[in-house]
Amino acid sequence: MIPATFDYFRPETLDEAAALLAQHGEDAKLLAGGHSLLPSMKLRLAQPRVVIDLGRIPGLNSIRESSGKIVVGAMTTHREIELSSLLAEKCPLLPEVATQIGDVQVRNRGTIGGSLAHADPAADWPAAILALEAEMVVFNRGGERRIAAEEFFVDLFQTAIQPDEILVGIRFPVTSRAVAYSKSAQKASGFAIAGAAVVVHARNRAVRIGITGVSARPYRASATEKGLKGKPLTQEAISAAAVSAADGIDPLNDIHASNEYRRHLALVNTLRALELAASRC
Amino acid sequence: MLLVHFLRDTCVLTGTHVGCETTLCGACTVLMEGKAVKSCTVLAVQADGSEITTIEGVAHNGDLHPLQQSFWECHALQCGYCTPGMILTGIDLLRNNPKPTREEIAHGLEGNLCRCTGYSHIIDAIESAAQKISKERQRA
Ligand SMILES: Cc1cc2nc3c(=O)[nH]c(=O)nc-3n(C[C@H](O)[C@H](O)[C@H](O)COP(=O)(O)OP(=O)(O)OC[C@H]3O[C@@H](n4cnc5c(N)ncnc54)[C@H](O)[C@@H]3O)c2cc1C
Ligand code: FES
Ligand code: FES
Repeated sequence: MIPATFDYFRPETLDEAAALLAQHGEDAKLLAGGHSLLPSMKLRLAQPRVVIDLGRIPGLNSIRESSGKIVVGAMTTHREIELSSLLAEKCPLLPEVATQIGDVQVRNRGTIGGSLAHADPAADWPAAILALEAEMVVFNRGGERRIAAEEFFVDLFQTAIQPDEILVGIRFPVTSRAVAYSKSAQKASGFAIAGAAVVVHARNRAVRIGITGVSARPYRASATEKGLKGKPLTQEAISAAAVSAADGIDPLNDIHASNEYRRHLALVNTLRALELAASRC
Repeated sequence: MLLVHFLRDTCVLTGTHVGCETTLCGACTVLMEGKAVKSCTVLAVQADGSEITTIEGVAHNGDLHPLQQSFWECHALQCGYCTPGMILTGIDLLRNNPKPTREEIAHGLEGNLCRCTGYSHIIDAIESAAQKISKERQRA
């Protein structure tokens, strides 16, 4: 339960952090809130020789509105998102997801950027990122680039962030209140066995559904989205469409839940999130 | 070095307990810049320059903090192992939500495990401390 020894760096700018990453390559790990990295270092599942702490780089911890988008800095904690009045008004799915992550101490340290970069298949944020069609902003020594939600999650613990890149922020659309997140949590940790996020677009009532926890890679429930296309969100329409929420998906099978049970929970949580979002239309 | 070991072994402040070492039990909870954190999952160096409050620091000039007083009055502890973490998490909870419902208190304590009390008395204590603090505020 004691991490192996490592060298610790605390850069004060992104350029400095990127230079350290380039210099130390595979030996180095970035440190955000440490609530995924430190537990695995304590178990010695991870033994980085160099730890680069992003905690003192100014500007990475912020929530602001900029030309019609909501921009959340990578180092913003789950708790700051949960308590943000700007988000409660402009992008209420984010506080709704945040409040369901782990416990208050975990939310006081863990960051949205760390969670997304880690890409734990049981993490909550990926469902919201997909349903909101968010964009990830990453920094590298050449500048910045943006990655669309659908391209971001590559596989188990793997994202489109390159080894020399740092996630700096996430761009979200402003939404109405017609959003919802429903999750079945693993009792001890709170991680999602299955979680479904729903966004109903204000203008054309188009529905977007993101599902996490169920498979190695979080996904959009496109068959359910199609089933609801152009239809009013009645109970019948919702029930009929929710049954295809795991179509074409190969669910995970582990000590927490069998693949069949995960498939079942994908449908149940999609149904619940759709009902909740419809009640807020 | 982890913050909990720095507090216990270097500062010899042993009121912060080590329970699970796996970020689940909350026995090691301290306040970092006023926010409840599990000190078994923070590097001491990450806390460099931050204000840390442990259970040793919550009484004021020998007067118990309202939460300590209420834990005593409401029988909110038996063995006491979880109590420092419960009290510090309670302080963070009441700072953000001075009049929580019982349900909100239970949600706020999800990261703190107690093997003895069955939690009801802990929720009673936090409710009663909330009243004490709001009375103190009115008087002031
Ligand atoms: C007891 C417990 C319960 C939890 N319950 C839940 C839960 O219910 N739901 C949930 O979703 N999560 C849960 N978590 C995980 C928690 O949300 C973590 O905080 C999160 O997954 C990782 O964020 P972090 O800031 O702590 O990242 P860290 O642990 O610091 O980093 C994680 C990984 O991402 C990399 N990284 C970090 N920041 C960046 C960046 N800006 N750019 C590129 N790479 C980066 C790091 O190098 C590391 O590999 C739980 C954790 C614990 C300990
Ligand atoms: S000892 Fe830190 S959470 Fe249990
Ligand atoms: S009083 Fe014994 S663990 Fe809580």
